[in-house]
Amino acid sequence: MSEPRVEELELKAWEIRLELIRMFSFGKAHHFGGSLSCIELLTCLYFHKMRYSAQLKDDPERDRFILSKGHSVPAQYVILSMLGIFPMSELRTIKQLGTRFQGHPDVTKTPGIEAPTGSLGQGLSFANGVALAARLDSRKFKIFVLLGDGELQEGQVWEAAMTSAHHRLTNVCVLVDCNKFQSQGSVQEIKGIEPLEDKWAAFGWGVIPVDGHDVAQICRALDRVDGRNEKPVAIIASTVKGKGVSFMENSFKYHNCSLTEQEHRAAEREILDQIRSRKHVESES
Amino acid sequence: MSNQNLEETRDRYGRTLIQLARQDPRVVALDCDLGRSTRSYGITEVDPKRFIDIGIAEQDMISTAAGLASSGKIVFVNSFAVFLTGRAFDQIRQQVSLPKANVKLCGSSAGITLGADGATHQSINDLTLMRCLPNMSVLVPADGNQTEEAVIAAYRHVGPVYLRLSRYRLANFLPADCPFEMGKAAVLRQGSRVALVATGPVTAHALEAADRLAAEGIRPAVYNFHTIKPFDIPCAREIACRYETVFTIEEHNVIGGLGSALAETFCELYEPCTKPLLHRIGIRDAYGESGSAEELVRKHRLDAEGIARTVLEILDTSRQYRR
Repeated sequence: MSEPRVEELELKAWEIRLELIRMFSFGKAHHFGGSLSCIELLTCLYFHKMRYSAQLKDDPERDRFILSKGHSVPAQYVILSMLGIFPMSELRTIKQLGTRFQGHPDVTKTPGIEAPTGSLGQGLSFANGVALAARLDSRKFKIFVLLGDGELQEGQVWEAAMTSAHHRLTNVCVLVDCNKFQSQGSVQEIKGIEPLEDKWAAFGWGVIPVDGHDVAQICRALDRVDGRNEKPVAIIASTVKGKGVSFMENSFKYHNCSLTEQEHRAAEREILDQIRSRKHVESES
Repeated sequence: MSNQNLEETRDRYGRTLIQLARQDPRVVALDCDLGRSTRSYGITEVDPKRFIDIGIAEQDMISTAAGLASSGKIVFVNSFAVFLTGRAFDQIRQQVSLPKANVKLCGSSAGITLGADGATHQSINDLTLMRCLPNMSVLVPADGNQTEEAVIAAYRHVGPVYLRLSRYRLANFLPADCPFEMGKAAVLRQGSRVALVATGPVTAHALEAADRLAAEGIRPAVYNFHTIKPFDIPCAREIACRYETVFTIEEHNVIGGLGSALAETFCELYEPCTKPLLHRIGIRDAYGESGSAEELVRKHRLDAEGIARTVLEILDTSRQYRR
């Protein structure tokens, strides 16, 4: 396992945010909050942990990423496009009639999408199926699943958590994007899910809490899924909904909405500032 | 008829699954703690690793099956038809039918002939649910031999299939020269003016009803639709043009199954024929209850006597209107 290049990954995350916000200026309503909160998690998966590239996208031995919280797929579109799977310019067609970039993940339309999700709670079960197939075929690849914290209210998640543990699917790794908000309010107010670490542990999982915007911590946690772990691993990532755009942070109001032109410009400016300051630090050092 | 010749379609399903698993290592079976009832457990004879019991969790099972299928497996998922299609409908919609996953949904103990377990376990709307899903094929075998052919056809078809299996014991009654082709209905008996169009095991009762009606001077034709989707529209049109009165016979709610499929076709005919009167024999929008299979079939007039009686009554009523 290579040492994580922390600064490089941090910069990459902000560049992904920039492309995401630019893509979001096209079309109408978008899922801003939950796309922005999982950027560091996705960055560490695709650019540090996973055996995955444009060349490997149909390789049966590739690592899989399954986005169970399907509404955050715009973030995945940006990453797949950075990997060269499709041109960045095409992302502006998102959600338009005839586009390859549907509002939620569609395996029949978008290369690089591994599982049909959108209706919540189904991704971990799907991942278990992929893991069982890998076992039958004696393949060693890993399967990473991103779940939302609100999504954990779906009962099927816990059915699936039992299946992974019972069948010792240790090549399955869950990441929970705990941004603390769901569509209509805070998770705690609507239907609390705590104590989350105890819940996953009680279901037979190894639990690693991390700060979901700290790439060094995320990479360290991911590296513990190394083929020697005795239980499937759940990384509980504490994140900020709408991370990186001050007026969107820690609010459910930007879960799914449209921005004014002014708001768009403000969001882009904030993210550009982050990128500039990081590049500045880089050139100084 | 000796008792040994009687067979439930689920039994033949289990034997055919074993045969397919022997031939093809991609064949895998999932079940929800009903493997010995659905007969999927038999696959362990071939390879215990290819039977995965997901426990009592139908939704988890369907999505797991979709994951296995995405890795090239041919997945037979099993549960009682009522739980499989009802409880896991959203998973079937999003992860099986929408992406055209190569999953075979095997709904066991369908209809009311599960008998004793009562309304909660009887499946009277599985055809409605599966028929309205794009990309889904729907097969309803009538006897053991047709079950074997349907299971093999489902295995060969790349994409999602719903296979409706029954708990009802009956002999292999279909003629040996009745070839099985997915999407193609078969004429079992020629007749005139009246047609009985049946699907599933109750097709046997339709044939017997035709015998009884002959004594009354009525010679109905008998058709078997083993495929509800894709629906054999050319055959349905031929039926519309050839007969005056048509009866559909199914062990299912009259809303959404074979009767509905035929009615939809009849409404869209271009042919300049007089449209026939269509009467749907089945569960008339009611729930089942506990009882023996035979008692329930009789109560819902799906036995030969009930079918013949309904035919005579409807013909009589329609004659009054024609006067």
